[in-house]
Amino acid sequence: MSGLTETMPANVSGARPLRLLIVDDSNIMRRRIERSQQFEQLEVVGAAANGIEALELFQRTDPDLVTMDLTMPQMDGIECIERMVQLKPAVRILVISALADKATAVDAMEKGANGFLNKPFTDRQLNEAIAELMRAG
Amino acid sequence: MLQEKELKTFVEGTTTYFEVAAQQPATVGSPYLVTDGLPAIHEYTGVISVSGRREGIVYFTAPKAMLTVLLMKMQENDFSHENMRDLVGEVANTISGNARRDFGNDFVISVPNVLAGERSELPVVPGARSFVIPINWRSHSAKLVVSLR
Repeated sequence: MSGLTETMPANVSGARPLRLLIVDDSNIMRRRIERSQQFEQLEVVGAAANGIEALELFQRTDPDLVTMDLTMPQMDGIECIERMVQLKPAVRILVISALADKATAVDAMEKGANGFLNKPFTDRQLNEAIAELMRAG
Repeated sequence: MLQEKELKTFVEGTTTYFEVAAQQPATVGSPYLVTDGLPAIHEYTGVISVSGRREGIVYFTAPKAMLTVLLMKMQENDFSHENMRDLVGEVANTISGNARRDFGNDFVISVPNVLAGERSELPVVPGARSFVIPINWRSHSAKLVVSLR
């Protein structure tokens, strides 16, 4: 199943909005994250269903922020984080995963993730985590 | 064989999923052991293969009517077959992934494999016994089945 979609940036006068790439192998989760995020200064520039699609979109859309699932086919989230950080060290990555053990969170952070949100999550938890990611810059 | 404490992990994971994702608690019954093969499944089943410290499968099986309401509660308006498959896989993945909080990262889970149809064949796990965790949510019934050795 391909989830690769790219959203062309809207014409925005003034400050450039922060660009968000959503990576999750679940279409429902991708749509939920896009629908639930409540930040006007955030523009969703794409959504990908696995690490390979994500890297392709990452290079094409140059996002500032990424939400990253970990358990995905073809290329998992940990490897994808490592590759994205190599390409753009300033990128801010929020891991959104069901994997709830500390070792996985530590591993993701060591590879370059900036935050970790466990599934399942409420809209409020999602927005708090994204807000923190936006402040991290 | 699974310890009572380990089964509790899956019961709690199921409870949390419905409380948070569906914003409406489910009644999760006491797990029971199935001694003869694997329990019957509903229309959609999300199967997670487990390897590492434990081997086997964990699956969430639910009727279409329940998944439809669950999607509605998530403000999702696409009730296609693909989204039903996606949801049942995501539920299985979330509950299994959350179990690593107690089991650690040596409880290795696969991406979901989704079966559609009540006559679908589940993989058999030699040497494993299956525990069924009954789930009642609104007027619907589903099951989480943990079959690990």
